[in-house]
Amino acid sequence: MTVVCGAGLLFAFVPLCSLLYLVISRGLPSLNWTFLTGLPKPVGETGGGVGNGLVGSALMTLMASAIGLPAGIGAGIYLASKGDGAFGRTVRFLAEVLSAVPSVVVGLAVYGLVVAPFHHFSAAAGGLALAILMIPTLARSTEEVVKLVPHSLYEASLALGVPEWRSSLLVVTRTALGGIATASCLAMARAAGETAPLLFTALSNQFWNLQPTQPTASLPVEIYNYATSPYPDWQAQAWGAALVLLMFVGGLNLLARVISKRATLRA
Amino acid sequence: MDLSVGKDSPLAHPTVEERPPTQAASTFQAADASLKGEPSSELSRPVRPRAQLRQRAPSRLPDKLYGAVLWVLAFSVVAALILVTVQLAALCGPSLKQFGPSFLVRSDWDPTSDVFGALPFLVGTLVTALEAMALAVPLGLGTAIFLSEMSDRRLKGWVRFPIEMLAAVPSVVYGLWGLGQLAPLLRVHVEPALHATRLGIFAGPALGVGILAAGLVLAVMVFPTVVALSLEVFQAVPHEQREAFYALGATRWEMIRSGLLPYSRTGLFGACLLALGRALGETMAVAMVIGNNPDMIKSLLGTGSTLASVIANEFTEAVGDMHRAALAELGLVLLVMTLVIAVIARMLVQGMGRSFKVNA
Repeated sequence: MTVVCGAGLLFAFVPLCSLLYLVISRGLPSLNWTFLTGLPKPVGETGGGVGNGLVGSALMTLMASAIGLPAGIGAGIYLASKGDGAFGRTVRFLAEVLSAVPSVVVGLAVYGLVVAPFHHFSAAAGGLALAILMIPTLARSTEEVVKLVPHSLYEASLALGVPEWRSSLLVVTRTALGGIATASCLAMARAAGETAPLLFTALSNQFWNLQPTQPTASLPVEIYNYATSPYPDWQAQAWGAALVLLMFVGGLNLLARVISKRATLRA
Repeated sequence: MDLSVGKDSPLAHPTVEERPPTQAASTFQAADASLKGEPSSELSRPVRPRAQLRQRAPSRLPDKLYGAVLWVLAFSVVAALILVTVQLAALCGPSLKQFGPSFLVRSDWDPTSDVFGALPFLVGTLVTALEAMALAVPLGLGTAIFLSEMSDRRLKGWVRFPIEMLAAVPSVVYGLWGLGQLAPLLRVHVEPALHATRLGIFAGPALGVGILAAGLVLAVMVFPTVVALSLEVFQAVPHEQREAFYALGATRWEMIRSGLLPYSRTGLFGACLLALGRALGETMAVAMVIGNNPDMIKSLLGTGSTLASVIANEFTEAVGDMHRAALAELGLVLLVMTLVIAVIARMLVQGMGRSFKVNA
């Protein structure tokens, strides 16, 4: 029986090692400064980069965070402080359900909501789709961390005559801030790696774009387009872009770890 | 301009001397005075009018405002789910009208003549997901048992890290790995051997990409979910349950087999359902390695499509309204499937939690 468990561990280690090795060994050769800052080149020309995808990914992750972070964190605080009623239980349940909705379906819905009426693929639509994916998970994880704060702290603040909203915001939420920051970082990392919801909302773009109303390239979509193309040049680009994306996502995860370590040390 | 706060303004903070003594305080003073034998002039002092008290009480408005803002933000979860469902239903209107329920059982998918049926994609989705579950559930459960019952803290930390990393890798990178590593490996080493068994499900040429590759990538992707959720379930099992079995003289495996697993059966089933939901909806990795063939699958080595992968592949290139609506209806089918599974799974896991509270 112990062998079965050992096999389970192998199942975690072997694909991970193979994946990391492959991405690094194939991605590293195409990684250089022009790759990070340049625009994609047409088929047949060597070189070219994913600079626009990198910028687009950052732009859309930020747009998603602008909607998703306040909504998710606010919903989490609501669930932790007043979530015992019928409405709170409903929201908690629906958050679980919404987090199980496939991302490609969210992309379709945002297509119907934003892209079809305006007849335009746009970065804003991509950001909205990512935000919808961020909200439920962030709400649940925020609730978990806020609930860890002892209720006596809140009551002590009330007893000192501090109004409810200040007690909740400046005492309870502030105490849980480390955990909330960790959860936010993880949510942003997940959003940055999403591909499916961007395919029919932000589409892609061969050029630089910072306008929210225009189609925008993103790193994951560029990887997908390059990887499924028949050209060896482009496939090499896909590995480079995958390495950059892994570093981007890994960096956000690492940041989340550092924040949570700090927060637990202080507490 | 006079910026100083006037005495009558509500912003003015009364100093200690200015603050009129509360009723209780003045009563105490009066009692104190009467004890000392002094004439109790304080008792006869009129009680401060109620209006004044109300004026000094802090306003409840900011609290109400704060509560309202939180409520609205919490409602955004409900709004998002309704929005997604309604928009999707609206998007597939033409297809719903044209094909009706027969959409689910038709197996032809022909965009040029606007005839669409979902059956091949439904079958593809179920086959790949079940293949992934068949691999990920036993291995994930084994790992979770190992982590929860057989390892010390340090080892647990070392093993958890790669599992968390597996969960953090974006789907599209898994797809790339599937194309670059898994598919060539399958084509050269695994599939010819499977083909040699002459079994019906292993018929056809060894292409590398296909149902088998998609199921394997999915298995790797849902493995961390299975481990994390089962770990949660095992951690909710009370220690008395384990100790009781040890006290009866059970070995570790006997305890796990007859004490731990039956006790956490419901929760584990819920965990597996949640993982299944993820496997059904996974898009990019599957779209990259499954081969994208809209025909009914015939063998595990053949190519196919899933609901999610065909949407990802065809939606932006769909020309006709009907094609787009049919793809959206595939999305609706997928949404309903994952919603039903998520609801059942949550109810099982929550029911499990409730029974623990009763037992504790």
